[in-house]
Amino acid sequence: MAAIQVNRLSKSFDKGKIIALKAIDLSIQPGEVYGLIGPDGAGKTTLLRILASLLLPESGTAQVLGFDPAMEYQEVRKIIGYMPGRFSLYQDLSVEENLQFFATVFKSDIKKNYHLIKELYDQLVPFKDRRAGKLSGGMKQKLALCCALIHEPKVLLLDEPTTGVDPVSRREFWDMLMRLKQRGITIVVSTPYMDEAKLCDRISLMQLGSILETGTPQEIRKRSGKKLFAVDADEKYSSLVTIRAYPGTFSCYAFGDKHHVQLKSGAPEDLSAFLKSNGIQNFEIFEIEPDIEDIFMDKLSRLS
Amino acid sequence: MKVIEVKGLTKSFGQFTAVDHLTFHVLKGEIFGFLGANGAGKTTAMRILCGLLSPTSGGGTVAGYDIRTQSEEIKRNIGYMSQKFSLYNDLTARENIMFYGGLYDIPRKELKQRSEALLDRLGLTPYASKLLKDLPLGWKQKLAFSVAIQHSPSIVFLDEPTGGVDPITRRQFWDMIYEAADRGLTIFVTTHYMDEAEYCDRVSIMVDGKIAALDTPAALKIQFQSEDMDEVFRKLARSAVRTADH
Repeated sequence: MAAIQVNRLSKSFDKGKIIALKAIDLSIQPGEVYGLIGPDGAGKTTLLRILASLLLPESGTAQVLGFDPAMEYQEVRKIIGYMPGRFSLYQDLSVEENLQFFATVFKSDIKKNYHLIKELYDQLVPFKDRRAGKLSGGMKQKLALCCALIHEPKVLLLDEPTTGVDPVSRREFWDMLMRLKQRGITIVVSTPYMDEAKLCDRISLMQLGSILETGTPQEIRKRSGKKLFAVDADEKYSSLVTIRAYPGTFSCYAFGDKHHVQLKSGAPEDLSAFLKSNGIQNFEIFEIEPDIEDIFMDKLSRLS
Repeated sequence: MKVIEVKGLTKSFGQFTAVDHLTFHVLKGEIFGFLGANGAGKTTAMRILCGLLSPTSGGGTVAGYDIRTQSEEIKRNIGYMSQKFSLYNDLTARENIMFYGGLYDIPRKELKQRSEALLDRLGLTPYASKLLKDLPLGWKQKLAFSVAIQHSPSIVFLDEPTGGVDPITRRQFWDMIYEAADRGLTIFVTTHYMDEAEYCDRVSIMVDGKIAALDTPAALKIQFQSEDMDEVFRKLARSAVRTADH
């Protein structure tokens, strides 16, 4: 049985003016780390909130370990741990009081499940008497994860846990998720950061309420089948503008210190000649494997 | 010409030194990336540079005005945009432009002409009377940036301007930054996307309240023997002693 099964799930807001989810299908296996990858407005939060039994779907069905969040919300709430995107703990309670509160509400106690949160909570111990509202973003996030774990959930739903977090802290957070995965917890995590896709077992790329693509990061990269070239030039901005001006260019985007180029037709040698004749010196063109971000952008550009 | 020049800039809160002797400058027309881990002191430093907070010691100038004594003049002569706070969702595109222009004392008649010109340039004229919340994110961002620079500041501070934005819109936003810098506007930008650090002319990385490194992305990669800016950042940020909590 799938840990999470979603069929034709739809949801709209504002009397149908805003369509948040458009007949989404998903199947997440037990023990998977599953990434919902997409920008703001993709529908990630709506999907997670429906799974967490906090929103009712408009049509379609969802199941979490066999339970329907819309009908059997009491069962669902026992087996999930949910970490919302916005900090939702009690700001006026201390770190320890928050944890105690969540443990009590779920009829658990801190001692019993301390092993699950030890690694995280050890870092919070020096601040255990501090009010949660006075913690830094990184510490708030750690406390929120502790509170989501304290009743030993089988499924973790994490809504953008790394948004606004610096790259080093992001990596630490993912190391932590990998260790939770070892305990067999199914983890569904949403993120706008495309580079986190490769850390997931499987992902769905989402945009404007639809799923553009589903699979392992590897599968998705293989499936794309598009030839992609990188241009590494000394003059970053003028080369970008010139590549875009080349009639054979389908798309050209800056990717860190290189530009990624898809050609409509023709060989990279033709592009190379065009660049030279337009005054771009000192550059290299070579073929590369598309990354998840390349594929996402390709899908987006073909949508519009 | 130096649009920012600071020396020994320090800010302490009680025993804690959030910003510790910053000395650096930013040139006119430069895209300057201001990086650092959460808690490194970026926000405090930005607040001082924007005239919102006074330094404990040290000082310097922003847009030609003294940080210690001319904070009001600084506020008038800089632009500011963040992902969290920029435009009002319940005002129309046109109202947002008029409102911000008014804040900066642009004369009403001139402001009217300028807003129409701006709407036209952004291709937003047909949607000028729509509430901002009904516009696509990419348009909102373009508008937010344009509004932040409509009073012709010499420098604009962009605080994580691309958070949560889709990858195409994120790059379109950087195209706008490039164009503006090309016209001579100075850009001071923070970001957590390390690929964006590569688009900056120079980058500084703060660790524990100090500037731990400052150079062009190419030179930083050589200095720290790294493949990309992500690696440079990780090498530096891992050396941090303090966390965001103290």
